[in-house]
Amino acid sequence: MNSYLELLSALAPETVLVVGALAVLIADTLVVAGLPARIRKMILVLVGVAVCGLAAGSALMIPSEGVLLDGMLVLGRTAAVVKAALLFLTAVTLLIWIDGQPVAHPGEFCALVLLATVGMMLMVSAGDLLLLFIALELSSICLYILTGLNKGDAASAEAAVKYFLVGGVAAAFTLFGISLLYGVTGTTRLDAVGRSLLNLVPAIQHAGSRPDPLLVVATIMTLAAFAFKIAAVPFHIWAPDVYAGAPTTTAALIASGSKVAGFFVLGRIALAGLGPGGAKALEITGWLTALSALVCASIVAGNLAAIVQSNVRRLLAYSAIAHGGYMLIGVMAPTEQTFAALLYYAITYAIASLGVFAIVAFVEQTSGGAALRNFAGLGRRFPALGFCLMVFVLSLAGIPPLAGFFGKFFVFAAALKTGAAGWNLLGLVVLAIAASAVSLYYYLKLLKQVYVADGEKRPGIQRPSFILSTCVLLLAALIVLLGCFPEELTRHLHDAVTAH
Amino acid sequence: MAAWTIYCSFLGAAFLALKPRGSASFSKVAALIITSASCLLALCACLQPGAGEFHIISRCEWIPSLGISWLLAADGVSLVLLLLTGIASVAGVLFSWNIEHRPSEFFALYLALVGGVYGVFLSYDLFLLFVFYELAIIPKYFLIAIWGSTNREYGAMKLALYSFVGSALVLIGIIAAYVQAGGHSMSLLDLSRFPFSQDFLMWVFPTVFLGFAILAGLWPFHSWAPTGHVAAPTAASMLLAGVVMKLGAYGCFRVALPLFAGGMEPWNASVLGLTSWRDVFALLGAIGILYGAMVALVQRDFKFVIGYSSVSHMGFVVLGLMTLNATGLTGAVLQMFSHGIIAGLLFAVVGRVLYDRTHTRDLAALQSMNLFAALPFAAVTFTIAGVASMGLPGFSGFVAELHVLLGAWPTFPKLTVVAGLGILVAIAYTLRAIQKGFFRDSPPDDSIPTEPLPAVTLAERLGSLLLIGVAIFAGLYPSWLIRLIAPALEHELFAGVRKVAGL
Repeated sequence: MNSYLELLSALAPETVLVVGALAVLIADTLVVAGLPARIRKMILVLVGVAVCGLAAGSALMIPSEGVLLDGMLVLGRTAAVVKAALLFLTAVTLLIWIDGQPVAHPGEFCALVLLATVGMMLMVSAGDLLLLFIALELSSICLYILTGLNKGDAASAEAAVKYFLVGGVAAAFTLFGISLLYGVTGTTRLDAVGRSLLNLVPAIQHAGSRPDPLLVVATIMTLAAFAFKIAAVPFHIWAPDVYAGAPTTTAALIASGSKVAGFFVLGRIALAGLGPGGAKALEITGWLTALSALVCASIVAGNLAAIVQSNVRRLLAYSAIAHGGYMLIGVMAPTEQTFAALLYYAITYAIASLGVFAIVAFVEQTSGGAALRNFAGLGRRFPALGFCLMVFVLSLAGIPPLAGFFGKFFVFAAALKTGAAGWNLLGLVVLAIAASAVSLYYYLKLLKQVYVADGEKRPGIQRPSFILSTCVLLLAALIVLLGCFPEELTRHLHDAVTAH
Repeated sequence: MAAWTIYCSFLGAAFLALKPRGSASFSKVAALIITSASCLLALCACLQPGAGEFHIISRCEWIPSLGISWLLAADGVSLVLLLLTGIASVAGVLFSWNIEHRPSEFFALYLALVGGVYGVFLSYDLFLLFVFYELAIIPKYFLIAIWGSTNREYGAMKLALYSFVGSALVLIGIIAAYVQAGGHSMSLLDLSRFPFSQDFLMWVFPTVFLGFAILAGLWPFHSWAPTGHVAAPTAASMLLAGVVMKLGAYGCFRVALPLFAGGMEPWNASVLGLTSWRDVFALLGAIGILYGAMVALVQRDFKFVIGYSSVSHMGFVVLGLMTLNATGLTGAVLQMFSHGIIAGLLFAVVGRVLYDRTHTRDLAALQSMNLFAALPFAAVTFTIAGVASMGLPGFSGFVAELHVLLGAWPTFPKLTVVAGLGILVAIAYTLRAIQKGFFRDSPPDDSIPTEPLPAVTLAERLGSLLLIGVAIFAGLYPSWLIRLIAPALEHELFAGVRKVAGL
């Protein structure tokens, strides 16, 4: 049995973050409450960023390998790398907040962002379906609150209610699914579930390859909460409203960190839970059928709905749904290589959409909205910001040599190479590539506003602050560098994944 | 050395994009220097002894885990097209000397486009080639959408989407081929040696060929070309017609033919008399020749005449590629070169010399202006370009089309006749355009103010002379180009093509 000290040191990053969140709350009430709003926010953000930095440092520096608490926690290099990425995304999200929309309770806001990150990090290290569920709920509940924190704002409140209702239903499904899975396999440990499913394969094949209905219900229902987390159709209805109504910072966090954590978990359930040899198990449990339905629906619905959007946030929401569909193709072919490719895609996607949200935050503050026309002439007024937006958007569209293109290329190539239990994924890959040709239309529509349309001339327009410009430039540089030298990150991820 | 054409253009683009907004003339001069330097580099590369043979220019690992490398190499065909890009880009800068609106951005995008084109012509790694190919789409969009004329946003979006759909098809083919071949290498040479299964080739060849051919203006996927050319600013339409359409044709030549030649083997069935994908694409090419020419015959807008004539001329390239014999392939490459020069010149005269002065491209309006008297230089230039375009001996177009027809005759006699008809119609629409545009004697119309049009500038004269000179040189001394092209076709890359052609 492990001692608490061991546990705390193995979970050092999470511990740091929880302590940091509490410190933020205390500091907010005791120390900075009376200060002017901007300075108060600045101090909170600095504390938050410092905590994230400390946690990321401890994730990368303190090597923590192995299985803790009877398989509740599975730690390793992959988890450490992904945690560091999550912390980086959270830190940038907090920095963007400085210039973003003001919120009613800055102290609580900052603390909740940190706690949501703790939830995501626990999702990454959980090795047991129950802990996974708790971690998922921790991050989701924090995000519900963060979405509705501006109580006076009707859109924000509506978004929070929708988000909460859909999330609650999905969570209930998942919990039900887990309980059925426990009934079938007698365990909630991910690797043990995988093994016992694998043992069921011969019996089912013997019975004429008819999957056991109970098993199908169990596995597909378990999928629900994760599909909700990554906004895959039909669990996506919250996404457009939340992206549009939530405070910019919350939306940015949902679009970036939350996605990475969600895909990490899905990828790991497919890979570590069911194992490379368990692709057959994925098939007999109906996972592959369910996933391919999610892929098709997400790609088609996301891209088509995005075409008609006139609000950039909603457009991003639908494009996020479509990207979720592309990434799910990677989940369908579980090998180490695909998993590494999936993580590369998820991380670079998160960086790009965080960048877009940073610019959306700025545009909203200066021109009062996030409609497409609010972006008119941005490229002429702020050439650097416009250029960065172009980099992010083209990366989302998948234009080489930006990171978004390589993400897609890696995932598709890896998925085709692996195949999924005799399924040929070519059809899905063709659909995805065809749909990304469609997606260029709406991405170009945004860029057209930025560069082609003439913005109205307003005197004395506010300039982006130093911090915001730095963040945006940093993110854009990352997109370009990860695109031109993808090997740096993929090698890292690949080594980490295969080290398991 | 040839690789510096790429680096030069991209460095120039970065320099112009980052430099503080200054005077327009500085940007122009900088762009002219950069494009001239690249053009000279390309020319030097062509003049080296043994330039037509395949040779590697630079190679280093890029993404070793996927077998993707930065592999630049060249053979005669690459070099001919490199030279074309150089000449067209210099002429393009000369014809955009009057750009006053956001000049440094214009030339930065222009150079980025040119750099992408150079990159495609020199890449021998499939992945790298695709990266450069896609890289060229975005600058095209902005060049048209910001600086274009008629219906520019529509034209730009249409062009970008057609290009992107084409490249999506190509990407599907590339990924599938890469995975089929084991996922170890993206080098064209390695992939061309891999024995793909016949079933696989039967769907991947048409996918990739069509993907590239969309950008080459293959009928019935050509409709982006006229609208795009018309909407684009002069320099961009010169590049579009002159070079970017060649990207598509070059992709067919460099990727689809050598890698997936087996996909051109006959089917087991005959559909409407067609027995293989080769027949299908040859037929589409021939239809394109005739269709483009007939549509050009009835256009009212001067630029649309040239836009459709481009579709018609690119049909020759596709037909030439499908002959699969050395004569036809040589003809296809010569036609790419020749059309690049001549279409550039035609667009330059109509888009810059004429339109910027008269502010109309309507043939009916132009014919009452007596332009031969007002702009004799433009009239003479356009006449020379038109004559070259209709394939008069002594100009590059004649040699190219003759080669294509000679190459096509043994395999596709009926289509050769169709293409020949296309040439006749080409004479008709060219003469119609020349006559209506410049030489109509009509009584002076009082409703049009008769103030003298601005004189033709030095930059325009230089650009025209450059292009006319090249067209005549290539027409009188084609063996220089043919000597470059011939060894390239004998390389082992085309072993599969020779096999299918039965040579």
